[in-house]
Amino acid sequence: MTTSITPTTAGLPPAPPVEAARRGFTEIIAPYAYIAPFFLLFAVFGLIPLLFTFYVALFDWNPIGEHVFVGLDNFDRLLGDVRFWNAARNTVSIWLLSTVPQLLVALLLAHLLNHVRLRLAVFFRMTMLVPYVTSVAATAIVFVQMFDRDYGLLNWLLGLVGFEHIDFTQSVTGSHVLIAVMVTWRWFGYTTLLYLASLQAVPRAIYEAAAVDGAGNVRQFLHISLPALRPVIVFTIVTSTIGGLQIFTEALLVNRGAANTCGPIRQCQTLTLFLFEQGFIQFKFGYAAAIGVALFVMVVGFAGLNYFLSTRIRPVKG
Amino acid sequence: MSMTRPRSGDRVRWWTYALLALAAFACLFPLYWMFIVATTDTATATTLPPEIVPGGNFFHLAGLVFSTVPFVRSVVNSLVVAGTIGVGQAVLCALAGFAFAKLRFRGRDALFLLVVLTMTVPTQLAIVPQYMITSWLGWVDTLQALIVPGLANAFGIFWMRQHISSTISDEILQAARIDGASTWQIFWRVAFPLVRPAAFVLGLLGFVTAWNDFLWPFVVLKSPEMYTVQIAIKALQNSFNIDLGLAMSGSFLATLPLLVLFVFVGRRMVAGIMDGAFKG
Repeated sequence: MTTSITPTTAGLPPAPPVEAARRGFTEIIAPYAYIAPFFLLFAVFGLIPLLFTFYVALFDWNPIGEHVFVGLDNFDRLLGDVRFWNAARNTVSIWLLSTVPQLLVALLLAHLLNHVRLRLAVFFRMTMLVPYVTSVAATAIVFVQMFDRDYGLLNWLLGLVGFEHIDFTQSVTGSHVLIAVMVTWRWFGYTTLLYLASLQAVPRAIYEAAAVDGAGNVRQFLHISLPALRPVIVFTIVTSTIGGLQIFTEALLVNRGAANTCGPIRQCQTLTLFLFEQGFIQFKFGYAAAIGVALFVMVVGFAGLNYFLSTRIRPVKG
Repeated sequence: MSMTRPRSGDRVRWWTYALLALAAFACLFPLYWMFIVATTDTATATTLPPEIVPGGNFFHLAGLVFSTVPFVRSVVNSLVVAGTIGVGQAVLCALAGFAFAKLRFRGRDALFLLVVLTMTVPTQLAIVPQYMITSWLGWVDTLQALIVPGLANAFGIFWMRQHISSTISDEILQAARIDGASTWQIFWRVAFPLVRPAAFVLGLLGFVTAWNDFLWPFVVLKSPEMYTVQIAIKALQNSFNIDLGLAMSGSFLATLPLLVLFVFVGRRMVAGIMDGAFKG
């Protein structure tokens, strides 16, 4: 996931300017020179490639051979490609399994951490950020081992209480759950800190008044915390949509035997992994670009839809 | 900023601690388990019931890691890439943030809106043309292919603009101007030193993200001596069937530098993340 912290577009205060005593040429172009590096880098490594993706998708584009214009043929093929639909299903499934629990756990933990008399608060906060600094490749290796069918800790514990061993890497549901666990593990602490920061902006008097009126923990959470968190919840839903639909590394590392397909039956091949397979293993750049376009449409669509829906959630009344 | 405000006047219930302790355990246990396997061997990792104390095999396995992949070289590569990106983001984003916060120029608000909008564009999907451009530049299998695209980002500009707006008064900048300082001198001698803590946290976040980046290095890097740590772990994982202890050992060694860094700067990172968050 390539999320960052929190942008808000709202409420930009007017920036008071530094008045130039003598505004020579250098002084006039200085501001543009200061913002130029970002725009240059974004253009070369972000925008141009993105526009170029739409172009390449119209070709049968071999990296060292011919570039034949084929119009919308790539998209036509894509829509009839069972591997594409499989990858799309996997992507949505893994995204939901990793996002929903992550946000719910973060909500609960932020609520628990937001207590004035909590001891060890700094310890708990720091501990939750440890997964964020742990590299994703290392995470994948250790989780795959812990979820191993024969010798994994989890299956050993399941066996002790009388359950059958679950084959997490080879089954569809199992591999989706395993990837979702890795993603959730890595990001829930970060999300918790974002929620906690918002909660701390709520004046204590409101909670005290609610407590005096007899509102318990649950009611305080539903009627005070949750409404206060609305903007940051919308933000995390949208960013985790953008990140979650692009999951790659965890899926690549789950099945070492058939890495590019995430297993023999493509049980957890995500769209990004499918894009990678077509582009950098099969060297079908045009087809890979078409997958990129499809994924772009999906990400923008889901993120927009989520934004639309989540801004419409009203605080619970009563 | 990081003062805990009360949720209610009542005492903390025991189950609050129980749940938080469970979360802390969930965060730390995988790392502990990684260390166990990294210090014993594959046989232990495939024994039931599993070992739960570290063994004495760590140096043997670490030695194997160093001889299987150019591990030291990959750590150096990762340090170079993540370090340059961290410093680059801190300086370049502060510079742009300063321009947006404190300078007057035509099109400023529209350009800033454009910066914010770029945050919502999922450019990662354009990986095929990104690779083609990198290839035209002759940067495939080089570290600059990893460094240059990460030097400045929209989030950093947004972050630094906020901090500069709220920490630096106009009077101090006016005073410098009256003393005859150029815009660059005002930035470098007056503004930047005042927002160095915020720039430091931004640099740290950039460092961690770059250190843990996987997809782009995996696509761009070809030869083992150019590998970053993440790609080196992937290479170790290929011999997973032969030796799980080896893969775990490599993972642990790759995670260790960040854990050490985190021990020293974790508090500031936590405060920084919370500081960048929505208020109200």
